[in-house]
Amino acid sequence: MAEGLTWNVYDANTMTQADIYGEVLCKLGETNERIVGLSADLARSTKIGVFAARYPDRFFNAGIAEQNMFGMAAGLALSGLTPFVSTMAAFTTMRAAEQVRTDICYQNLDVKIIATHGGISFGQAGTTHHCTEDIAIMRSMANMTVIVPADGIECANAVVACLERPGPVYIRIGRGFEQACYSSDDYGFTIGKAVEITAGSDITLICCGITVLQAKEAARLLHESDGLSVRVINMHTIKPLDTEVILKAIAETRRIITFEDHNVYGGLGSAVSEVIAESGRACAFSRVGIPDCYSIVGYPEDLYNFYGLDTDGIVKKVREVMKRDFEEEENWEDGF
Amino acid sequence: MPLTEKEIKELSQHARQLRKDILDVTFWAGGAHVGGSLSMVEMLVLLYYKYLNIDPKNPSMADRDRFVLSKGHAGAGLAPLLARRGYFDFELIKSFNKFKSPFGMHLDKHKVTGLDASTGSLGHGLPMAVGLALGARRQSMAWRTWCLLGDGECNEGSVWEAAMAAAHYRVTNLVTLIDRNRFMVDGGTEQVMALEPFADKWRSFGFAVKEANGHSFAELSAAFDAAIAEASAPTVIIAHTVKGKGVDFMENDVRWHYGGLDSDMLEKAKRRIDA
Repeated sequence: MAEGLTWNVYDANTMTQADIYGEVLCKLGETNERIVGLSADLARSTKIGVFAARYPDRFFNAGIAEQNMFGMAAGLALSGLTPFVSTMAAFTTMRAAEQVRTDICYQNLDVKIIATHGGISFGQAGTTHHCTEDIAIMRSMANMTVIVPADGIECANAVVACLERPGPVYIRIGRGFEQACYSSDDYGFTIGKAVEITAGSDITLICCGITVLQAKEAARLLHESDGLSVRVINMHTIKPLDTEVILKAIAETRRIITFEDHNVYGGLGSAVSEVIAESGRACAFSRVGIPDCYSIVGYPEDLYNFYGLDTDGIVKKVREVMKRDFEEEENWEDGF
Repeated sequence: MPLTEKEIKELSQHARQLRKDILDVTFWAGGAHVGGSLSMVEMLVLLYYKYLNIDPKNPSMADRDRFVLSKGHAGAGLAPLLARRGYFDFELIKSFNKFKSPFGMHLDKHKVTGLDASTGSLGHGLPMAVGLALGARRQSMAWRTWCLLGDGECNEGSVWEAAMAAAHYRVTNLVTLIDRNRFMVDGGTEQVMALEPFADKWRSFGFAVKEANGHSFAELSAAFDAAIAEASAPTVIIAHTVKGKGVDFMENDVRWHYGGLDSDMLEKAKRRIDA
């Protein structure tokens, strides 16, 4: 079981990988005068407070009023600026969903949204502050790009990359305490292009966010204990989706499982399943996420374990899917 | 500077033309938000012919003043004015609401030249206008943002979130106009969801409040001038108007919030405008 975490909102600023986001934004702000920041009384928790402290004239705190904040961000973008907006994922994608859709996406404005506390990463806060719907909501909005970084370094890469991509971008991070998946930032991050974390030919695990690191570890364990060759894909961009990497996995491994900190409906698993279904090819497939229920309370580590999103859960799920001997069934060969 | 007699006469002619255009659009479209389009006519005419620094030949001119029609359902009132002002050919509006037309009842800035923002869903315009005003200030630009809201729209919480922010950030380069025609879809504003004491609400939110007869160019102009001169707080102008103004059988009749006209009614309504 997880030990109780001891930080609080005031010293969180000195501890986490998500600080990287704040620092990167500050650095970008040095040369890009167009960048402005917004938050809704969560500048500290979301790390955009680092930018606010460095550039007080370029930061607007909207108070606890997310609808107005996203409307203001749209107005700032209409005036020629590039707003970076940060608040919790739940309030971004649900409280202000219509403003994000109508004011920002419909007008195709250059607003970058870095939403924090995604999924069940704020486990102790309870269901109101969990957000297991955001990927589904955001990917259904035309013009929107949806990115779910695996760790702080990838978040930093995404923040840099999103500036080069005109139009709205939604970057979904956790509470900011994600363990490091990458040890350096030069692994070739490109929006819309998945990253192969480990090569493998027996089964493919397609992951995003915190599950990438867990799957990487699970792949290592499965190789040692079961002799399995497990491919792990970091699908950091949910939209536009890297369909090529999925089609390749269908052809080469014939088994795919998705893992995400999100409701199994509408997120990464749904996106991948759409590609599989439209491919016309047979594939053993399973989705793991929050099984269409309101998530329970607890420390994130315990919750990830409970929902099968940690290393143990992933190992178990892989063994289960590997037992589906679909190759022995009749007519599974479909000619490739 | 008070308007001259000659200016008022010219503006009145533009207003009469716009009213008839609104009726034509309503006829062509098979129905439009005619009541609330007719009530805002003098405000739009005064803005577009006298106050806004714009160049229809250069619609994206960097230092143009910005206008946000927060009551976006009144697109049938704004589209013909933009055409008359020279942003696009008036004939284009005949397609209003039709298949693949650039003009739907809520105007889209990607499709209609001269718009600074797409609007329609209520309560969105003022937050965007606050952002525009802050953006101008941040970039040391002198242009001003004008935002026109419906009174019923002020039921939306986001309007008051924006009002709070406008006062907090002292956005004096923003002028908020309210078309106080006292009607919404389901009935009178005071019956459906009371707004009064309306001016006091804005005052308590930190606004400088001006009131004017929304059909008097002289009163509106004085209020606009006062708003521009106001240097310590954001300004709201509550313009008292008549829904359906100018057409006797539409005035103050909630049924004309949205309606359609046949050719006989169209002619009858136009005669009232010219009377």
